[in-house]
Amino acid sequence: MQTPVEPTSTALAPESFELVRGTSLWQDARRRLVKNKLAVASAIVFSVILLAVLVGPAIIANTWGYTYDMTNSEVVYQPPSAAHWFGTDQLGRDILVRSLIGGQISLLVAVVASVVSLLIGVTYGAISGYLGGKVDEAMMRFVDILYSLPDIFLIIVLLAFFSKDLIVLFAMLGAISWLTMARIVRGQVLSIKNREFVEAARAIGVSTPKIIFRHIVPNTLGPVIVYTTLTIPSVMLTEAFLSFLGLGVQPPLSSWGTLVQEGVGAISVYPWHLIFPGLMMTVTLFSLNFLGDGLRDALDPQARAD
Amino acid sequence: MPENVSSLIAVRDVKVHFPLDSVGSLGRLLGRPPARVVKAIDGVTLDIQPGKTLGLVGESGCGKSTLGRAILQLVRPTAGRIFFKGTELTGLNARQLQQMRRRMQMVFQDPYASLNPRMTVGDIIAEPIEIFEPLRGEALRRRVQELMRTVSLNPAFVKRYPHEFSGGQRQRIGIARALAVGPEFIVADEPIAALDVSIQAQILNLLSQLRRELGLTTLFISHDLRAVRHISDRVAVMYLGKLVEVADSHEIYRRPLHPYTQALISAVPVPDPAVEKTRRRIVLTGDVPSPINPPTGCRFHTRCPYAQERCRAEEPPLVDTGGGHQAACFLLEEVSSGGAARDSAA
Repeated sequence: MQTPVEPTSTALAPESFELVRGTSLWQDARRRLVKNKLAVASAIVFSVILLAVLVGPAIIANTWGYTYDMTNSEVVYQPPSAAHWFGTDQLGRDILVRSLIGGQISLLVAVVASVVSLLIGVTYGAISGYLGGKVDEAMMRFVDILYSLPDIFLIIVLLAFFSKDLIVLFAMLGAISWLTMARIVRGQVLSIKNREFVEAARAIGVSTPKIIFRHIVPNTLGPVIVYTTLTIPSVMLTEAFLSFLGLGVQPPLSSWGTLVQEGVGAISVYPWHLIFPGLMMTVTLFSLNFLGDGLRDALDPQARAD
Repeated sequence: MPENVSSLIAVRDVKVHFPLDSVGSLGRLLGRPPARVVKAIDGVTLDIQPGKTLGLVGESGCGKSTLGRAILQLVRPTAGRIFFKGTELTGLNARQLQQMRRRMQMVFQDPYASLNPRMTVGDIIAEPIEIFEPLRGEALRRRVQELMRTVSLNPAFVKRYPHEFSGGQRQRIGIARALAVGPEFIVADEPIAALDVSIQAQILNLLSQLRRELGLTTLFISHDLRAVRHISDRVAVMYLGKLVEVADSHEIYRRPLHPYTQALISAVPVPDPAVEKTRRRIVLTGDVPSPINPPTGCRFHTRCPYAQERCRAEEPPLVDTGGGHQAACFLLEEVSSGGAARDSAA
C-alpha cells in the first residue's frame, strides 16, 4: 500500500537529494479546514476585523483627525454620517474609533488570557496527567480548589480592592482561564500516555520531559487549539461583562463591554451608540466560534481511518 | 541466588502484581494499599543465553507481554531480580537504567499504535540515535537511511509519516528504531500478531535474518506456535503468570511434557489434509481462571485432564527432567505415558 506521492509546493527541504515528502496530520487537517466554507468565511471575517482594529485607529486619526478620547461638544449624539460613520457619543467622540480601540482592548485581554491558559494549562495538565498517582492527585485537587472559588466574585473584589488597572484584569482573567485547559490536557494525556508509542519512547530511553513535550503534547494539540479558539470569545465576554459592571476598562479608554454599557443607557434615543459596537463584538464572537467548530472538525482524529 | 554468568538475561523469581481496586483520592494520598491485585506474573525464573532466541508462548492474558516489559523494566517488578549480563536491572536508578536501554530494545505488537503519528519516519528512527550518540545533521540522516535499507524500506521515505505506510512497513520502521543504537537484546512482543498473514512471513524472516547477522539475543513473545517454532532456539510456555515448561525448540514440539503444552501443540493445525484428518486434538474445557484469585496448588488443575488431589493442594515446582527440559508438573510420568497410550490407540 502506497499513498500517491504528492508534490508539495512548500518545499522547505534543505536536503540535497530527492526525498519523498509526506503529508503530516497538520497538512491533512488544513485541507479539511479549507473545505469547510463556514470556517473559511469566519476566518476571513475575523481577519478583516483584526486588521481593522489594528490599523483602523491610525488611519482615522490621519484622515479625519479623530482619536478615541477626543471630545467635541458641537457634535454630541450625531447619527451616522459621512464624517462619523458610526455616529458620535454623548461627549462627541467618534464611535467608530472607539469601537476599534475597544476591539483592540477586548482582543488583547482575550489573547493574554489565552496565552496564559496555553502556557500554564498545557504544561500543568500534561505533567499532572503523565506523572499520575499522588502528584496528579495533588495537582488536580489544587485545580479543583481554584475552580470552586467564585471567580467573578473574586475578580470583582480584587478589582475593587486594588485598582481598576488593566494589568490586574489581565492577571485575573489569565489566572482563571488555564484551569479548564489543564483539565482538558490532563484528560488527553491520560488517554495518550498508555499508547504504545509512548511506551516505545520509554523503551528507547527518552527522558520524561522529552516524552511529555515531544511525544504527548503534540498529540493533544487538536483539542487544545479548539479550546483556545473557544476561550478567546468566552474571555471577551467576561471582560465585556466586567466592563459593563464598570469594573473593567475605565474611560476614556474603551472596550466593547464599556461601549455596550454606555450604549444601553441611550438605546431608545440614540440606537447607533449600542448597535455598532455590539455588532462588531457579535460578529467577532460568531466568527471565532465557527472557526473553532471548523478546527475541531478538521483536527478530529476520528476522521482518519487509522 | 547469584546470577548465572553465562546467561545474557537472567530472571529470578520475578513477580509483577498490579493493583486492581481504586483506593480513592484520599487513600492514594495516604499511600493505602489496594485490596485486590492482579498477579500478572507470579514467580518466574528464566535464562536467555547470548545469541539465542527464546520463544515465550501462552494464551492471552497469561502475562507473557508483562514479562517482556518487566525484563526491560518498562514495568517495575513487584518482587524478584532481573540481570542483564550480570548487572542487576532491578537495582538500577533511572539514570543508570537509561544508559542500559541502549543495549536492550523492544519491537512492539501493534505497528499502528507504536509509532508517534506526529513524527516523520526519519525522526522516529533517529530518536534513539540522538539520545545515545553525538551524530547530527547529515551523518545522522545517512545513518537513518542506512537503517531503513537494512529493514528493506525505501530510504527516500524518511520525510513521510507513519499513517502513509502499510502495517508491514510500519513494523519495519519499528524494527529499524529498535536496531538503531545496536542493542544486544531485543524483546519482540507479538511482532506479527497485528499483521496480515502474507506479511507475517516477511517480518518473521526479516527478524531471523537480522538476528543472525547482528548476533542478537531475542525474547520472541507470541501465541503463534508455528512462528515460535520457526524462529526460536528455546521455548517457554506460560500459564496464568507462571512458566509451566521450558525446553529446546525441537524437543518441546516433539515431546511436550506438561499437559498444557500438549494441549497447545495439539491445537496447531498441520498443513497436510491426510495428517490433519488423523490428528488428535486435546480440547481443554473451561476458561482460564482469573489472575486476581488464581487456583490453589497447580494453576492448571482446573482444566487439566490428569488433575489429582495433590495438584489442588501443592504447587509443582519447575524441575529439570534432563537435557535442559524443564516442566512444572507432579505427574510427568503419567502424563507422558498417558499421552503415549492415547497416541498408540489413535
